[in-house]
Amino acid sequence: MKKLDENLKEEIAGLDRVGFDTKGETKRSGSFLVADNKTTTSESKEEDLIVMPLSFAVQVYDWVNDLLFSLVDREKDEFTKEVASQKELVGSFTYLKKGAKIEAPFQSCFFLHGQGFRQVLHNIIVLEPDSELNIITGCATGNLVSMGSHIAVTEMFVKKGAKLTYTMIHDWGSQAVVYPRAAIDVGEEATFNSNYIALTQVKEIQSNPIAYLSDRASVKFNSIIYGKAGSSFDMGASAILKGENASCEIVSRVASKNSKLILRAYIEGTGKNTKGHTECNGLLLDDRSSVTAIPELKANNIDTELSHEASIGKIAGEQLNYLMSRGLDKDTARALLIRGFLEKGIEGLPKNLKKKVDKLIEIAASSESV
Amino acid sequence: MSNIKKGSILLEIKNLVVEVEGKCLLRGLDMVIEEGETHVVFGPNGSGKTTLVNAIMGLPEYKVVEGEILFKGDSILDWNLTRRAKAGIGLAFQHPPVVEGVSLGVLLKTMVPDKKTSEEIARKINMEDYLEREVNVGFSGGERKKDELLQLMAQAPQFVMFDEPDSGVDVDSIKLMVKIMRKLLQKNKPIRERKNSGIIVTHSGVILEEIHADKGYVIVDGKLLCSGPPLDIFDQVKNYGFERCIKEARESEKAG
Repeated sequence: MKKLDENLKEEIAGLDRVGFDTKGETKRSGSFLVADNKTTTSESKEEDLIVMPLSFAVQVYDWVNDLLFSLVDREKDEFTKEVASQKELVGSFTYLKKGAKIEAPFQSCFFLHGQGFRQVLHNIIVLEPDSELNIITGCATGNLVSMGSHIAVTEMFVKKGAKLTYTMIHDWGSQAVVYPRAAIDVGEEATFNSNYIALTQVKEIQSNPIAYLSDRASVKFNSIIYGKAGSSFDMGASAILKGENASCEIVSRVASKNSKLILRAYIEGTGKNTKGHTECNGLLLDDRSSVTAIPELKANNIDTELSHEASIGKIAGEQLNYLMSRGLDKDTARALLIRGFLEKGIEGLPKNLKKKVDKLIEIAASSESV
Repeated sequence: MSNIKKGSILLEIKNLVVEVEGKCLLRGLDMVIEEGETHVVFGPNGSGKTTLVNAIMGLPEYKVVEGEILFKGDSILDWNLTRRAKAGIGLAFQHPPVVEGVSLGVLLKTMVPDKKTSEEIARKINMEDYLEREVNVGFSGGERKKDELLQLMAQAPQFVMFDEPDSGVDVDSIKLMVKIMRKLLQKNKPIRERKNSGIIVTHSGVILEEIHADKGYVIVDGKLLCSGPPLDIFDQVKNYGFERCIKEARESEKAG
């Protein structure tokens, strides 16, 4: 048993690859970590930021229970039903008080440590009016774990004038199956920025978070995916522009090498003067891959402006030749171009995160024979 | 013919025939360039000048269907771009492509892993502000040309080709570019110590005043029509256009 604990400790120390810093190298406002179904870390360094397991939160605050399945329909699919049927709540509760603006990111991590473990989680995030928080969530499997399941319902409440930047970095095992179900209530004048980064092999990920926007709310979903070695991604984002002057952007940048990628985007413009745009750029690296972009726009109001654009192609021979003419070998030149393509997607990230993701992309693009 | 005789041939082209997408663009061309020499190629648009330098560089769409290219005595026809570049052949492209997402700094660092060296090179030619920028993205014509020279400085080839290095470049920048080209061609070294050679494809005589070349050629319709002292050839082209050269070539052909 002791041996196992030490191994877990070691594995957790290596989770900085998904942004979870245990060495104190970067400033964090708090941490939350679940290994399999055990919460091993739950702490906040800020008075205004409350972090605890959700199972505690429902006991401490009587209103928390009402939030469960208030945004995600418990009957939506087999996975939401599975979360709803759990006897024991496992997952995080993150609460930021009114007006609190916290610069250092709060980090959370959902980690599969046991081979074949089925992790079932429910997370609640609440930002009170005019508060600001930056969350980095890393999801990963242990070094020796190839198989496992991660099923999670995450409901986020970003209240009036609040701002949540939510970054998720996935690094799953080759046979892991991952089914997150998330929904976000974005209040009046509130902002929700989501960054999703997945650069390593996985069996299957299926995710399609949905944001409901009130008046003057704004949402951005930004995804960078490098599908490889038989991975299958069915990713999407939906934005329901209910309020007046609400706006959203759904942007994906994906590279596919022997993998199947589906990128969905759904924008519904219901409120007056709403604006929505979706964009997907796909790079196909071999004949065994596919990228499918499925944008869907629905306008219910004459004063809504919705648009989409998508492009899918291969590495341009002209660029490859250009780099090779400078003495780069073909693999290095290809890796540089893949890296460049994916890095175009991180331009809007916060500076410290940009550096981190930049490094991850560099490793992902160069660590294989391309 | 050259006034620099050192006897060491760097590049030799024999009866070179090049096709692009099945269309013949070079029809049997011969050239010998010795160590330390700079040759200049003139010709109207579409005559085959760019085809020549691209074929030497080894761009895959330029298919050598006949003839030979020897570099330091070895045939390079089977060598890919990387091998040619590593062997010491470099090209400043006429129309370099944009490379989105790849910053000039990252490219230089990949070419020259020692970061200090690439930064120093950039500083030398006042391009350190460009290191963070994506290669050629949003660059003006002149900036692209300067960027080409910066990359060549990092590559440091022994045989360097400049395809229209001065087109679209303002007068002030030309001075800087000439300085870099001279350095790449080792024009500042005593003649006997020069090892680097090159080809300049140009329309302009301005560059020739600053970079003395050893030999000039006129290519028309994929054929080398005349050769001689570069400034004389340029004078002819300036005063009479390419027509005179074409006429002379026809007459000499008739004369047998």
